[in-house]
Amino acid sequence: MSTLVLLTLTGLGLSALYFLVASGLSLVFGLADVLNFAHGLFLSVGAYATWWAAGHVPGAGDGGLGFVLAAAIGVLAGAAVAALVELVLIRPLYSRTIEQVLVTVGLSLAGVALLHATWGADPRPFPRPEWARGVTFVGGASVPNSSLLLVVAAALVLVAILAFLRFTRVGLVIRAGVEDREMVTALGVDVRTAFTLVFAIGGAAAALAGALGGVYFGSVSPSQGGSLLIFAFIVVVIGGMGSVVGSAYAAVAVGLLQQFVNYYGTAGLGDICVVALLAVVLLVRPQGIAGRAVTA
Amino acid sequence: MTVEVARDAPPAAAMARRGRRWWWRLGPLVALAVFASLPYSTLSLPGVFDGALNAPGTLQLLAICLVFGGLAAGYDLLFGRTGLLSFGHALYFAAGIYGTDILVTHAGLPLWQAALAALAGSTALAGVLGAVALRTSGIAFAMVTLAFAQVGALLVARDFGGLTGGEEGLPLATEGLPGAFVGVANTVNLYWLALAYLVVVVAVVARVAASPTGRVLAGLRDDERRVGVLGLDPYRFKLVAFTLAGALAALGGVVYVLVVGGASPHVTSSELTLSLLVMVVLGGPGTRWGPVLGGMVYMYLDHRLTSLAADLPGPLAQPLFVLGVIFILAVYFFPGGLAGLSGRIAPLRAALRRRTTTQWSETSS
Repeated sequence: MSTLVLLTLTGLGLSALYFLVASGLSLVFGLADVLNFAHGLFLSVGAYATWWAAGHVPGAGDGGLGFVLAAAIGVLAGAAVAALVELVLIRPLYSRTIEQVLVTVGLSLAGVALLHATWGADPRPFPRPEWARGVTFVGGASVPNSSLLLVVAAALVLVAILAFLRFTRVGLVIRAGVEDREMVTALGVDVRTAFTLVFAIGGAAAALAGALGGVYFGSVSPSQGGSLLIFAFIVVVIGGMGSVVGSAYAAVAVGLLQQFVNYYGTAGLGDICVVALLAVVLLVRPQGIAGRAVTA
Repeated sequence: MTVEVARDAPPAAAMARRGRRWWWRLGPLVALAVFASLPYSTLSLPGVFDGALNAPGTLQLLAICLVFGGLAAGYDLLFGRTGLLSFGHALYFAAGIYGTDILVTHAGLPLWQAALAALAGSTALAGVLGAVALRTSGIAFAMVTLAFAQVGALLVARDFGGLTGGEEGLPLATEGLPGAFVGVANTVNLYWLALAYLVVVVAVVARVAASPTGRVLAGLRDDERRVGVLGLDPYRFKLVAFTLAGALAALGGVVYVLVVGGASPHVTSSELTLSLLVMVVLGGPGTRWGPVLGGMVYMYLDHRLTSLAADLPGPLAQPLFVLGVIFILAVYFFPGGLAGLSGRIAPLRAALRRRTTTQWSETSS
């Protein structure tokens, strides 16, 4: 029983990590039709900015409020980089899908190489608050606090994004834009501001994933973003592109499946099962769980 | 989804091309003759290659460049000619590599049997995975192929049953190989093999592109719905292109494993597929020689920049940083790639010539 609880909660921690990356990807894809390969870079930027801030910014550190401040700086850095990328690189290629993908591919290659050049390829130990290193006893299982932290953060982000989409005017524009961008433009609303905002939100969520993922893994390395990104892609396709709620469901399914199979089967089998799940979903329901048709 | 490629040339350019046609026909043959006779040259190009042209190290680097030229041309069959953005092409290349390697090293099969089996297996794999992935289109297709390739990378990295050697890679056992492919002195044979592979890929892609099927593929790239309206099944044609490209990549893997003398997990990484994309876009998608040129130049730069890196400051020491930045710039400023460069410069040259002639006539009058 305690094993079951432990696996469920750590699996949910993994789900939370996937969701934080996938939510931004899904929104960006839904609104702007951009497959953002540089999203993993935003995650790495968040992680490195948090790591850097914990060591250099006065008041920030690896304990309590100091870590919150460091993570906030990381999230801000991620959002700023994402907004900048949208403004400088993506916007001139508006509605040219393939070129946008190519630019984000180039950006992910160059960005990761830049991180390599600056901080080296080896993993750096990440600042972890004292309480994140401990465990909490839930139902007889000792669950690492970093997993719980991820789950709580992802739940908060989910609620915040949903509330933002439902109750604000910009959120209304974004939701309408995901449904039918031409119509919104025809009605005289400038969707491009919403693009930048969605990029910034996605970048912030990914950067948060980077900061909390650093706590979860205990280290940070340039290639971390890329390996998480692939599972985030799978989550986005399974969940249905453009749907935040679909991403949340899919992230839970993927995280739990991966954790359970990796524990009861051989290590690595869980990752393969996740791709098998993707194949099954595609065969049965090509538009994903949430059901927005995935066409070019 | 459309890919910008040079289509119908304007009449003036067509006339100019007709005048140059004999040159165009002959050019590739001359290039082929030059490449085939390179191993007989003892010329040394300091700065370009470390040793003389017929030194084994130089020949191996050239062979790798040739294999990747062919690989990029095969990938262009998907990307530039059919408009399919696959992020999992490395999987079939790796399947050819590891398939041959495992069958030779672990099963002890002779090379030709292992190569045929690996080729057949990889082609079947491409057919099955393509059948699933092609149920989606556009960006979702890219993500799904990426996920499939990731499974390949995982299988290789986890080293189930000690087959793949995991992180260490799997050196090719030399006992099962024909003597002509073993040893440093025989690098020249591998070089010719790589050249032959490149010729085969270019010939196959050109043949397919010129066939009725190739015209349907171009139609799919430009307007898939219209092809469907004309009564052709887009799914079937895309699957044919995907399987054929997978087979060409697997063949490249068979050659590559011989050239390099083993398999390393790097070939399964998604980074390899991304660099294939970079090669094709840098060279010029949908053209005959663009991807070949792009693949060769990319691999050459990738190897040379690594060895030059020690002298360069900061991020310039990272080949991928330099190549990534060049790539981004190319997407913005040279959408036709290297192959489209002469077409882009032509109006500029014409304008310059006009200006010099008008200046001359003004001064004379």
